[in-house]
Amino acid sequence: MKRFSFWSVARNALSSHQHWPRQWRSPNPKPAYDVIIIGGGGHGLATAYYLAKEHGITNVAVLEKGWLGGGNTARNTTIVRSNYLWDESAALYEHSLKLWEGLSKDINYNVMFSQRGVMNLCHTLGDVRASRRRSEANRLNGVDSEWLGPSDIKRICPVLNLSPKLRYPVMGATFQPRGGVARHDAVAWGFARAADARGVDIIQNCEVTGLRRDGGRIVGVDTTRGAIDAKKVGIVTAGHSSVLASMAGVRLPIQSHPLQALVSEPIKPVLNTVIMSSAIHVYLSQSDKGELVIGAGADSYNSYAQRGSFHVIEEQMAALCELFPTFGRLRMLRSWGGIVDICPDASPIIGKMPVDGLYLNGGWGTGGFKATPGSGWVFAWTIAKDAPHPINAPFSLDRFSTGALIAEHGAAAVAH
Amino acid sequence: MLLITCPWCGPRDEIEFHCGGEANIERPDKPDQLTDQEWADYLFMRANPKGRYAERWVHSAGCRRWFNVIRDTRTHRILAIYRPDEQAPDVAGPSS
Repeated sequence: MKRFSFWSVARNALSSHQHWPRQWRSPNPKPAYDVIIIGGGGHGLATAYYLAKEHGITNVAVLEKGWLGGGNTARNTTIVRSNYLWDESAALYEHSLKLWEGLSKDINYNVMFSQRGVMNLCHTLGDVRASRRRSEANRLNGVDSEWLGPSDIKRICPVLNLSPKLRYPVMGATFQPRGGVARHDAVAWGFARAADARGVDIIQNCEVTGLRRDGGRIVGVDTTRGAIDAKKVGIVTAGHSSVLASMAGVRLPIQSHPLQALVSEPIKPVLNTVIMSSAIHVYLSQSDKGELVIGAGADSYNSYAQRGSFHVIEEQMAALCELFPTFGRLRMLRSWGGIVDICPDASPIIGKMPVDGLYLNGGWGTGGFKATPGSGWVFAWTIAKDAPHPINAPFSLDRFSTGALIAEHGAAAVAH
Repeated sequence: MLLITCPWCGPRDEIEFHCGGEANIERPDKPDQLTDQEWADYLFMRANPKGRYAERWVHSAGCRRWFNVIRDTRTHRILAIYRPDEQAPDVAGPSS
């Protein structure tokens, strides 16, 4: 790997940037690996990177059916925060946020992590009470969180409509200053480059069509590029978690739904933080290019079609125009959908599966991007040691039979 | 947006309906004898096929009655709609 630095950029500028090497190899699959990661999105690539870096396991392949970061990694609204209610979630997401804070340096790739703050608006008394409780819970867990009244909100985000005449007036907000956004494509590419440099094979256009078992143990995968042996297999396929798990006969409590988002035409800087409203339902930030990146609620029905219904976007635009009347004349450039795998308690499943050697990291639902580094870190630990790290131990599949659910519908902030 | 034909009211926009998730989940006969795993299966575990899926919808802004839909989750195409007291029709297409 050729390291990026001020000097390497300056040197390559002299040759018009024509001589940069490829950022990762494109190898043919070997007959066997110690670990196969299915899914070349952010979480899968992060898992491979931390397997190599933290555990010295480098005989690893990442199998991706399309191209790197072509699924939900490139379809989310790039928001990073850790203000979740329960201790288990706070530990997981805060671990991730701490990794975000050093990530660009760690992987020598600028992921453009910008801690511009995340503001969660409250519009009803119930909203205020639940949010203040969550904010206090955050502080007890060492997660930064502040309560803002309307005048504090005005100071941070003057463009927001704080009129008491709104149908659902803004009564206050919680604010996490360390939250923010990151460039999602760069996260996939940066992890891919760093993992490749440590010897991980990243194999694109290679779809897994079956999981090969011998007795109760996983022995490899069938792919569109032939069979590959593996001692351990990790499924990190987001919306397709159930499809992959069913290849090993494992049933999951997951339902796959479309989640839509859209971007506006670029405008001058107007929004310097992330604004989220779960009650009237819209969340947005402004990208460095000037576009507003706007997220919607999940569609109600199951789907693998990567598109949703128009009325969901219509409701989200209504909320946007109410909160930001000045955006009413903006044109929207494009909209899209991703397929999110939602668990009944809105928390992920990260751990061992009932088949030996098979692991799953999925069920992140509507909010997995923020957890990308932390998710990869704990999942790499789980695969390397064949046991969960204390951080992800509560996020096991068997919590649905023990009853130890981690209900995060409030903090998930996306209606579903 | 889906165009859903309510068995009682005819074709209406999706916004008049709510999706109720997987169809044909039967409440256990002897709930006091269920193991924790069996409770988890009944409460939480669901089919999530990429393809033909049987689900329940309710016509909330219309007759407020429940009915069943067989829909392809890859294309959103509705393959069959039938009332709860009717047998599921035999529809072509892969189940997953």
